[in-house]
Parts: sequence; C-alpha cells; structure tokens
Amino acid sequence: MGRIVGFAILLFARFITAVRGRWEGIAPVDGQRIYFANHASHGDFILIWTVLPPRMRRRTQPVAGADYWLKTPMRRFIGRDVFNAVLIDRERENRTADPVAQMIEALDTGSSLIVFPEGTRNQTGQPLQPFKSGLYHLAKGRPDVDLVPAWIDNLNRVMPKGEFVPIPLICTVTFGAPLRVAEGETKQDFLDRAQAALLALSPKVIAPKAIAS
Amino acid sequence: MSFPSSDLVTVLAGIVVVLIVASVIGYALQRASSEPNAVIENLNDRIQAWWIMVVLMGLALIGGKTGVTVLLGFCSFAALREFATLTDTRRADHWALAAAFFVVLPVQYYLIWISWYGLYSIFIPVYAFLLLPIIAVLRGDTDKFLVRVAEVQWALMICVFCVSHVPALLSLEIPGYEGRNVLLIAFLVIVVQMSDVLQYVWGKLLGRTKIAPKLSPSKTVEGFVGGALSATAVGAGLGWMTPFTPWQAALLSFVIVLMGFFGGLVMSAIKRDRGVKDWGNLIAGHGGFIDRLDSVIFSAPIFFHVVRYFWSAV
Repeated sequence: MGRIVGFAILLFARFITAVRGRWEGIAPVDGQRIYFANHASHGDFILIWTVLPPRMRRRTQPVAGADYWLKTPMRRFIGRDVFNAVLIDRERENRTADPVAQMIEALDTGSSLIVFPEGTRNQTGQPLQPFKSGLYHLAKGRPDVDLVPAWIDNLNRVMPKGEFVPIPLICTVTFGAPLRVAEGETKQDFLDRAQAALLALSPKVIAPKAIAS
Repeated sequence: MSFPSSDLVTVLAGIVVVLIVASVIGYALQRASSEPNAVIENLNDRIQAWWIMVVLMGLALIGGKTGVTVLLGFCSFAALREFATLTDTRRADHWALAAAFFVVLPVQYYLIWISWYGLYSIFIPVYAFLLLPIIAVLRGDTDKFLVRVAEVQWALMICVFCVSHVPALLSLEIPGYEGRNVLLIAFLVIVVQMSDVLQYVWGKLLGRTKIAPKLSPSKTVEGFVGGALSATAVGAGLGWMTPFTPWQAALLSFVIVLMGFFGGLVMSAIKRDRGVKDWGNLIAGHGGFIDRLDSVIFSAPIFFHVVRYFWSAV
C-alpha cells in the first residue's frame, strides 16, 4: 500500500513540477549521504526523493517534524509508511528523544538522510534562514558520511503557504559538491560554510542574464 | 477510435521511411567521425526527438478527434507550465494561474472537442482575458500589476489558444473532404517541421548573412530563403493529401513557413528577455516543449482561419 501511494505521489510531483535533478558537484551513485536542503514547502523532500534513482530512493529517509507528520492519520501514513521518515521532536522543552541521536541511529542502519537544517519552512523572503546546529552535531557524530547540499528551486512558487491548489511550474533540484567537518573547524564556521555551499547552488545567485550569452 | 484512412497510412509510412533513412545517415556519420562531433550529436538527438514526436502524433491521428485533442491538451499543459515558470507572477496571482491551468485549459479543449467554434474562438481572448485580471485584482497586490496580468494572458494565448487550433482543424467541414481532416494536421505539422529542418540544412550549407544576430545567431538569410522555398515546394508536393490544388497548397505552405519563422523569432526574443537558453528541460539537451512547438504555435491559428474562410462550410 505504501509503495503504491508513494508511486502515485511521485507521479503527481512529476506532473506538477516536471522536476529534474542536476548533479553538479556529485554523481547519483550509491553511497551513504546526508542531503541537506532549503526548506520552503512540505513537498521539499518529495522532490529530492523523486529525482533520486529508485535504488537510492529506497535507502533514503527524510527527517521531518513529528508535530506535523503525526497530527492526522493521513499524514502519519504518508510520513511513516510511504516515506519511512525519521520523525523528530522539534520542541526542545518536553521531548523524550534526542533528534541527533535518532538521525545517527538511522544512519547506522545504512540509510541516507534528507535533512532541512533551517528547522522550519522558510517564509522570511530571505533565500535561507540561519542553520540549526543539528547538522554540525550530525556531521561530527558520523564524520565519514558525506554531506551533500541540495538546492530545491521554485517549489515555494508552486504552493505558497496557505494555498491548497498547486500551480504547475518547473522545479529543479541541484546537488552540489559534498562537504565534511574540517579538522578543528568551529560549529559556527562549519554551519556558515554549509549554508554558503547550499546558497551557491541557487540559480538566482548565478545572474540569469549571464546564461544567455 | 476510427479506422485510419489509406492516405493517413501512406503519410505515416512515408514519414517512417524518411526517419529510418535519417537515422541510418546519423548513425553512419557518428561511426565515421573519429572524435565526438557536436553537430552530429545534435543531429542524432533531433532525429530521436522526431521519432518520439512521430510515434505520439501517429497514435493521436489514428485515435481521431479524441486522440488529437487529448495529446494537444497535454502539450498545452506542458507548454503553459514552462511559460508560467518564466513569468514574474507571484503569490497574488496564485488563483489566476490555478484558473488558467485547471479551468481555462480544459474548457478550451472541451469546446474544441465538441466543435463549438462560436465559443472556442473567443473563449480565451474575451472571457479568460477579462476574468483572470479580476481574480488577480481581488488579492489587492498592485505592484507590477499590468506586467503580471499581461504575462498570464500571453501565456494562455501562446500555449493554449494557439496550440488548440491544431485539433480545431478537425472540426472544419470541407465538402468532398469528409473524414480526412486529420490529414490537414499532418500537412501543417510536416510543412512546419520540414521548414525547420530545411532552414537548418540550407543554413549549414550556405549560411553567411545573419538575419537576426541579436535574437537567433544561427539563423541566416540564405538558410531562411532556401528553407522557406524548399519547404513550400514540399508542401506543394503534399497537395494530394489536402483539399487544395498544388498551387493553393504551395501558397498555404508559404504562409505556414513565414508564420513559423517569425513565431520562432518572437519566442526567441521572450527567451532572451528572460535570460534563458531553452524553455524547459523536457529531455536533457533537447530544450522544452515550447522549443519544439514554437513554429506550430504561430502558424496553426492562421492556417486554421485561412482554410476555414476559403474552404470550410461551417
């Protein structure tokens, strides 16, 4: 059942966004990875999932907020059964499990992860919000896993917050060169570097007029 | 599904033969060149794209009115998706765009399917053009309002209204030509495609003088003249599959070729304005749907109305 629904969601995502993966800094080959992406919509991990080759898709788990994905039976089904998400508790005060520990546990089963280091969906009008420190702790926890920046473009226009009808627009997911925490790198330095690496993949940063010439 | 007429079978078989010859030549060229050659690779990519187009178009033509209407409806959808991606539309246009995709497009193709000429010929330029700005204005965002409204209107005009005139050819009633209207579509598409190919070939052989260096550096006067004249000759030679005499077929072909050429220039200008090389990324290196459709977009409505005025009973 989960598989069929997963296939239907994938087909729908392609119909609406004709999404294409652009593997610029890394090839779509096997290997454990942590994909970190910008977060503008609940559909973000679906797009990354769609552009991954099927073999890799089956071994990739998105990391998502339990508060959202456990709220209704429908979301619970999609989050758990279809996407096999690692559901983490985002409320610092009364959580029982440590999110970083949960993610490391998932990595140790051999899965790749999709994480959104901004923490919540970006509605600020800025290209990226400051990264949460979880990405650093995750990278420190499993230093031999590549962190791959993945820029999702245009999905925020497809379905802005509060709208429920998606507009068909072409989206792309651009994968950049992998990075790891350097020797002696501080938390803030690493987060800044990761953020810059992700932002550099945004097509809006490359002046669009330059492409034509 | 209707039984395809023998003429249609002849046309499709002819196209398949031409494509087989083209594929063999492309393969031989690739084998013969010692190092990878961009021109040959591009040629083979194009031949491959034509195979896909011919198979889809052939299936649609055999499927009759429903098949053609559904296929072109999907083409419109994909084209509109590409066009909308490059516009400046924003949050406040969300409902206008949703209406364009999920109301205007299906309604236009439904009207074509039921052959309601009186409504499908004005549905977009009158009703959609007035309704969509009303939907947009209700959101209250006036910044760049005229630009945004014009973009949505143009997107609909180019991607839906113009393209829908291809299946509309099936609703014409030409005395003595009953049941063979799909051949008009085949005629239009073959002439447009041959014009593109022959302009490319003549341009490669003789091209010296650039015709529009700012817009389309690969287009040359020699390529255009040679391509237009030879495509017109091809059109005249295809007169047997149409209700036209060879001279009429030649004249109509010339109109199709001219509109296709200038349509290509207009679409290039839009791409330049938006700072992109291709409309989309349908298949790697092939550009998008609009890149493949641009010449048909401009010629289809004109061809439709000329044929309707001079030949059709309705």
